[in-house]
Amino acid sequence: MKIALADDDEDDRFFFTEAFDELKVKSKVSTFKDGIELMHYLEQAENELPDLLFLDLNMPKKSGISCLQDIKANSRLKDLVIAIYSTSSSEEDVEHTFVLGANIYIKKPNDFEKLKKVLSEVVTTNWQYITSGLNKDNFLLRL
Amino acid sequence: MKLFLKFDYTTVCNRVIEEQLKMFNFKYQQTAFGEIELLEKVTSKQLQEFNSSIENYGISLIEDSKKIMVQKIKDVIRDMVLNKENDVIVKTSVFLSEKLNHNYSYLSNLFSEVTYTSIENYVILQKIEYTKTLLVKQDLSLTEIAYKLNYSSVAHLSKQFKNTTGITPSAFQRIVAKRKESHLQ
Repeated sequence: MKIALADDDEDDRFFFTEAFDELKVKSKVSTFKDGIELMHYLEQAENELPDLLFLDLNMPKKSGISCLQDIKANSRLKDLVIAIYSTSSSEEDVEHTFVLGANIYIKKPNDFEKLKKVLSEVVTTNWQYITSGLNKDNFLLRL
Repeated sequence: MKLFLKFDYTTVCNRVIEEQLKMFNFKYQQTAFGEIELLEKVTSKQLQEFNSSIENYGISLIEDSKKIMVQKIKDVIRDMVLNKENDVIVKTSVFLSEKLNHNYSYLSNLFSEVTYTSIENYVILQKIEYTKTLLVKQDLSLTEIAYKLNYSSVAHLSKQFKNTTGITPSAFQRIVAKRKESHLQ
């Protein structure tokens, strides 16, 4: 499974990649350090699109919300499965990003074991959507 | 102007497969949903071409026998969830092993190995997905859905929905409604 993460925090990117290395589901993780870098990659038609994209909400230059809106407005990108990966767990942020089209909302766990558990759940659920032809419009998951 | 479409999954798939098989001039017989018997020999090159052609529709040939069995388990579960009202209530494990003629522990291990999830979790996922569809498309109340899917109580379904998705059924409905609204603007 191809995974992408946009997050300005270097430690968060490191733990995220480490966690994926330890999961059962084989994956290839690409990381981006802000929204501009991410959108630049996604908008190049020749670049491979991820099966699952994780967006941090608070990033300098371009926020996760702004990336989400651009992705949903782009016909080639709008069907990407998007997971919000944030330190915030305010109800407003959760509901607002779901309404804008995010599929998953994850509050960043503060220990590595929890992170692995959460990412594993996200990946296996996404896997069922891919392999069982479930309706992605109804794909909403909050962890 | 916005149009909202409703799909019949089975008809769409069958029609696509039919057209594709005809395009390749394969003589065939459909033996079950997702199962086709070719009546004449075809080369592996032809099969590969057929596979890449149907892949455009998100369909692909299953080669691995384990994967075939998993697909059968999924089909039985899907039928079971969708047609629950017509069925005598039996345990999933009994129902699956009778339908597929294998003992449950074999099926259960195989399923977990290929799908990274358990049969139990998959059944719950399918039920919750069906609940979502009914909430959105048919405007049924959660009480009606709980009855239709044989839940012991609406509270049980509501709790399982929250455990599976992390959000409540009413939050789900609200989000879907708001999404529609913002699309219409």
